[in-house]
Amino acid sequence: MGQLFGYRRENGKVGIRNHVIILPVDDISNAACEAVAKVVSGTLALPHAYGRLQYGEDLELHFRTMIGTGSNPNVAAVIVIGIEPNWTKIITDGIAATGKPVAGFSIEGLGDLEVIRRASWKAKEFVQWATELQREPISLSELTVSIKCGESDTTTGLASCPTVGETVDYLIDQGATVFFGETSELTGGEHLIADRMATEELREQFQRTYDRYVSGFASQGVDLLGSQPTQGNIAGGLSTIEEKALGNIEKTGTKQVIGVLKPAEAPQNGPGLYFMDSSSAAAECITLMAAAGAVVHFFPTGQGNVIGNPIEPVVKISANPKTVKLMAEHIDVDVSPLLERSITLPEARERLLETLERTVNGRLTAAEALGHREFVMTKLYPSA
Amino acid sequence: MHHFLIHKQGDQVGVATTDITAGQQVVGVFMDDDSEITVTSLQAVPLGHKISIGVLEKGGKVIEYGIPIGIAPEGLTEGEYVHTHNIKSARW
Repeated sequence: MGQLFGYRRENGKVGIRNHVIILPVDDISNAACEAVAKVVSGTLALPHAYGRLQYGEDLELHFRTMIGTGSNPNVAAVIVIGIEPNWTKIITDGIAATGKPVAGFSIEGLGDLEVIRRASWKAKEFVQWATELQREPISLSELTVSIKCGESDTTTGLASCPTVGETVDYLIDQGATVFFGETSELTGGEHLIADRMATEELREQFQRTYDRYVSGFASQGVDLLGSQPTQGNIAGGLSTIEEKALGNIEKTGTKQVIGVLKPAEAPQNGPGLYFMDSSSAAAECITLMAAAGAVVHFFPTGQGNVIGNPIEPVVKISANPKTVKLMAEHIDVDVSPLLERSITLPEARERLLETLERTVNGRLTAAEALGHREFVMTKLYPSA
Repeated sequence: MHHFLIHKQGDQVGVATTDITAGQQVVGVFMDDDSEITVTSLQAVPLGHKISIGVLEKGGKVIEYGIPIGIAPEGLTEGEYVHTHNIKSARW
């Protein structure tokens, strides 16, 4: 692998993009954020649906996701806009702890137009500052990579997930950090993950986390066939959740798991492989992983999921020969020759690592080029 | 050239890597040891869908990746197309 170049942030963390984001604390501040992003070129608004009347664990997750998104090393500077000053300040203070430039604005008592005026001035200052930052040499060990597959089919289990698994093993050996999640989508193979937990305590923590998530389905008393696995999964040949999970788990490689993270929780145990409790819905899962600090995402797909993320580039890997042909504009790495056995798994890994190098160094992924910026907050229960 | 791949020796099913037609003699490769198996397909099996490579009794566990992926309530025969119509999750 050639030399990698990235942005080293104030707290020493390394990013591979240089976004100035306009972050709404709540749904009703989306309009002002989008207005600022229209006024000031080079900024990116992240509208979302929540942030009002949340409480307890759900509110904690909201704050963690907001603060984590702003703190992500792919982000150079942040404008935060909320309706009320106190929650806005919680988020700006959280982001400010990284040392990066952040400014908060609240709308009550001023109105949208005055906030847009003030925030735009600050945003312009941030953009002009950020655009002078230079990439510098970084090492693979400084990267945090997230993985999650979608619109899976049997080709993901046969080829694209094993390609990611080989790559994850390599990245861990190089000292990088990797997150996987998709709690429900381990069903049928959850024992394989439990067996890889580094300590008995982590094993118990993982099992509790898994049992809690899945008991939520049981309490609904519904048949999940068609939802998990999805209609697309079934069309692609996957028949049961167990089969889907075993393919999914292929992408986690073979290394020990050194931490069990709450949704959007940043890792505390140093470099290595982490499990994050998360939905298996792509946009929710990747949003949580970016909020925990992932700077690039590997996304194996079979039937052709088109997901992207505003903060971290999403690299799509597919082995389905129909998908790589019919949806070519969405696929970054074609590993379909694995099905014909005309390339080996290590050769497929090299294809992915080459794309990783180019992505880190600034080449846009298919999802970035196509404008996919799905930013979706995870909601644990209804608001008050 | 193979028509389907099997993850492991001991698996009940293989995955078609090309569209298979009914009555076709098809070759599968075991990915763990590169050995081959030939079966005759009883139905069409689209690319990415599964074919049974042996007989399974009623209610038997269907093995793929060396691990159960569900139950076959009516059992399976060699060459049979395997999907949601004849196997069910044991979990939900």
